[in-house]
Amino acid sequence: MLSLTVFLPLLAASLLCGPRLPSPVLRWGWVVASALELALVAVLWARYDTPAEGTLAFETRVPWIPGVASDYHVGLDGLSLPLVAMTAVVFLAAALYSLRDEDRPRSRVAVFLALETVCVGTFAAADLVLFFVFFDLSIVGMYLVIAGWGHGERARSALLFFLYTFLGSLALLGGFIGLYVASDPHTFDMVELARQDPFAGGGTAAAVVLGAILLGLAVKTPTVPFHTWLPPAHTDAPAAGSAVLAGVLLKLGTYGFVRLGMTLLPDAWQAWAWVVLVVGLVSVLWGALVAMAQRDLKRLIAYTSVNHMGYVVLAVGAAGVVAADTAGAREVAVSGAVTQMVSHGLVTAALFLLAGVVLERSGTYEIDRFGGLAGRAPRFTALFAVAAFASLGLPGLSGFVAELQIFAGSIAAVPWSAVGLLGILLVAGLLLWTLQRLVTGEAGPATHRFSDVRAHELLAVGPLLLLSLAIGLAPRPLLDVVEPAAAAVVAVLGR
Amino acid sequence: MTDALLWALPVLPAVVGGLLLLVPIRHPHAVVVGVGTAVLSTTLAVVAGTSGAEVAVPFVAGADLGLALRGPGVLLAPAVTAVTALALLAAPDQVRGSAARFHGLMLLFCAAALVTVAATTLPALLLGWEVMGAMSYALIGFRWRDPHRVESGLTAFVATRGADLGLYVATGAALAGGAGTALDDLAAASPGWRSVVAAGLVVAALGKSAQLVLAFWLARAMAGPAPVSALLHSAAMVALGGYLLLRVEPLLAATSWAGPTVAWVGALSTVLLGLVALGQRDLKQLLAASTSAQLGFVVLAAGVGGVVAGTTHLLAHAATKAALFLVAGAWLAAHGTKQLAGLRGAVRRHRGLRVLASLALLSLAGVPPLSLWATKDLVLAAAFARSPALGVVAVLGAALSAAYAGVVLRVLWAPVTDAEAREASRLRGSEEPASGRVGPSTAVAVAVLIVAAALGGLVAVPAVGETVAGVVGASATGPGPLAAASGVLALAVVAAVWARPPGSWARARAWGGVEAAVRGGLVAPTLRLADAAARVDEGLARTVRAVPAVVHRLAATVAAGERSVLEAAVDRAAGGTVRVAQVARRGDERRVHGAVLAVAGAARRAGEAARRPQTGQLHQYYVQAVALVALGTVLLLVAR
Repeated sequence: MLSLTVFLPLLAASLLCGPRLPSPVLRWGWVVASALELALVAVLWARYDTPAEGTLAFETRVPWIPGVASDYHVGLDGLSLPLVAMTAVVFLAAALYSLRDEDRPRSRVAVFLALETVCVGTFAAADLVLFFVFFDLSIVGMYLVIAGWGHGERARSALLFFLYTFLGSLALLGGFIGLYVASDPHTFDMVELARQDPFAGGGTAAAVVLGAILLGLAVKTPTVPFHTWLPPAHTDAPAAGSAVLAGVLLKLGTYGFVRLGMTLLPDAWQAWAWVVLVVGLVSVLWGALVAMAQRDLKRLIAYTSVNHMGYVVLAVGAAGVVAADTAGAREVAVSGAVTQMVSHGLVTAALFLLAGVVLERSGTYEIDRFGGLAGRAPRFTALFAVAAFASLGLPGLSGFVAELQIFAGSIAAVPWSAVGLLGILLVAGLLLWTLQRLVTGEAGPATHRFSDVRAHELLAVGPLLLLSLAIGLAPRPLLDVVEPAAAAVVAVLGR
Repeated sequence: MTDALLWALPVLPAVVGGLLLLVPIRHPHAVVVGVGTAVLSTTLAVVAGTSGAEVAVPFVAGADLGLALRGPGVLLAPAVTAVTALALLAAPDQVRGSAARFHGLMLLFCAAALVTVAATTLPALLLGWEVMGAMSYALIGFRWRDPHRVESGLTAFVATRGADLGLYVATGAALAGGAGTALDDLAAASPGWRSVVAAGLVVAALGKSAQLVLAFWLARAMAGPAPVSALLHSAAMVALGGYLLLRVEPLLAATSWAGPTVAWVGALSTVLLGLVALGQRDLKQLLAASTSAQLGFVVLAAGVGGVVAGTTHLLAHAATKAALFLVAGAWLAAHGTKQLAGLRGAVRRHRGLRVLASLALLSLAGVPPLSLWATKDLVLAAAFARSPALGVVAVLGAALSAAYAGVVLRVLWAPVTDAEAREASRLRGSEEPASGRVGPSTAVAVAVLIVAAALGGLVAVPAVGETVAGVVGASATGPGPLAAASGVLALAVVAAVWARPPGSWARARAWGGVEAAVRGGLVAPTLRLADAAARVDEGLARTVRAVPAVVHRLAATVAAGERSVLEAAVDRAAGGTVRVAQVARRGDERRVHGAVLAVAGAARRAGEAARRPQTGQLHQYYVQAVALVALGTVLLLVAR
């Protein structure tokens, strides 16, 4: 069942792109495949029960490379299931958004569907080699998306993205090999590694391995100062690609922090948690400040992503600062980090798709060339306003549920992490300032060409924001899945 | 059943408001739907308040989303919905633009305010509190084509959200303090964290209630339509800042410092913002500053434990000030100005409205037997009971209330000189087109509010006061011995202002220059810092982008150097080999020579092969890196 979910998009890609199908069939086929994938995920969610400690739900294990004790091992828990669901939603939105795009649909559908398999596979992987293969293929897939369907200096941005994140993944691989070597018997299996805890007690070797893994993930997430590939990649990526890049691919990094760092190297994580915390704090403030100075809408959203991922890193850092009587608070922080991953996936995908609408209508991302869009494009205005408020963490929307947990948990565990609250204020100011410059006041030079969002764009963006609203008002269906997993992670850290 | 009604209390206006935003129905229908929903909500508020229902759903770990109308909330919730209904009733006369959008936003605001009033836990409080702020942003910038209005909304939102961060800190501290996030339990948190919780709540509440230096955003909020101010800046939002302090009064009392701090901030606000109000020339700005000053009495009451006094003052002020804002909006629509000098004489045309406005102003001044006289006296009594110094400062604030109310009363009633009449006609229509008329719905709304503002004075009657105290659930201090004296004082001050009206001064008009200071001292440096950070970031990005080029050059250099070294070595090797070969020719010439030539050839080929990967093509280096890592992996596996 889970393997079908992982490979269904790839299967659909081969079915759709094997024979020479006409363009509408391809584009609708993509939507149908993505919808089927989402339906499968919904079934998984409905049948999901929190797995017992040391096991995963929907587990499948088939020997793969017996020589290195690497299996095709997949499974889900409360950390990965919400991210798999978010991935399916974001890819469906990307498919809907691209319904009117006639640019080489065959190869585009193939690349996006393959990328979906790769992303779902990364979250589902329970074996480090499998994880690494999916992780690296995601880089290749996104490289193709940017280089193939981007605009501006797309080749250059795509290459920068590829080289930077690929180098990061090499560091990650180094860390994986370290884990393998230290384990006894040698294994790449995450569940087994978590049980063995090969680096119990910390030490230099543990710090080096954790450092390699953190470096790889910090590039992918990205955190300051490894974030400079992100703005050009986003600026030159197509809208659907940006939505997937920000919505899903960044989460591979933050997910890795919890899945690999905290779970597999708990003692080293404890020892170095304050470094993670500080990096998160710096990312929060730096991302917000730099975003504030941007004139380009897409770069601005990209930098708010640095800020938002900073909250996640801040929370997982604070969760590692183990002290008596703070276990409950640290569980809240980890749960907030996972919520933030889901929330950011939905909301930033919506923002990037709306930025795509802006480019498609006017050929520019320059904020100051707009103004008064509320008159010409009320639907766009409403969607952008809701997305902006969701992104700045307004209560009633998903960002708040995430940030409340992150800060309540982090402050209770490490009081000075409250400094990060300044990020909330900065992002609130800058997003509303952006909203104001785009949609209110006098019409700008690029405003007169602007037509309001069309049905397929509304269908793509609307559900993302509705889901954000649903999580914001009724977070329990999500948190009931996440919280046991967060508690398990904190229990591992504290043992 | 009663639980469902309590849920319906915020859900009904939220859903109807959201639908109005999505389905832009036309003007008369929107008004009917808006006012009807607010009236229905008022009924729900009364029922939910009397039923004593409590509801809660799990939200995040360790913190429920709970609602219940308790203490001051029992009275405040119906007040909020009633003022919403009246403000929406008056809105068609005063608000230009989409009626559906205005009514939708106002209903959403009302829903958020109801959540705030009914919140029993910190997450629920935050939910209502911040959505109120967001709706206030949208309402202040309702006429979005005017950039200054939207920017005013932004200023108000960011300023209040800055203070709201206190609630996030408080939630974290409550979680750490071990008592949970229920508002009624906060006082039981461990002492250190309890102080942090109290500090966070106090900062958020003082920001919302626009006290002292945090008042500047309220000046900017006056860019919104008057019915917005009638709700947001009289009965809700600002008022709810004061309400929160009343609601968590046990927490303030549980710390040694929070009560006195809050009390002094409130007392000083009554004086300083009273002075700001006295110095205004614009009616709405005067009313706004007066809102801050009057909320000062509420905040003072919360600080000295006078929950009943604070609650009654909050309600009396809500009715009085909502009426005055609606009057100001009606005059602005009719005469196109809200400058006091522009209203002089002009307001005589609307006799009924002038009389109603005067009643509200007399209440604001604290003239017996109107409501604010009675409630302010309860606050003064509570203040004197705690500290004479506080009481004296508050009496000064009370005198200033009478003074700024007197300034407006003089504009309404004093004989107009020719010069003043010329000035008024010059200002007519200077801000908005003058319609020349006041609609009947405004008059009805104002009349209802004035009746409430007048009847509120009954709280001075002991029987009524005790009933109110019973509802609020706190013990009342009866009217103090100063009740009569404060009434006389109010009359005397009004008379004095009538005889010698004070001038206007620039510092008061600029609200003490706080906004300029915040812009110069906080906003501008932040923007400069943002620009500097962006430049540094760009430099970092350039450096990273330059890395491939540097590697490329390095590789090219190495390759070139290697070529010469290798070739020379190979040549030397070959030459040497040849020489050796020539020496050896005498021996088994053919065999040795052949072998040597083969070695030389192999060496040359090896040299060339070694040079081949040095292509300077970066991606090939990475492929090599992968191959190396893979090789390393294999080695590791072999070696295990």
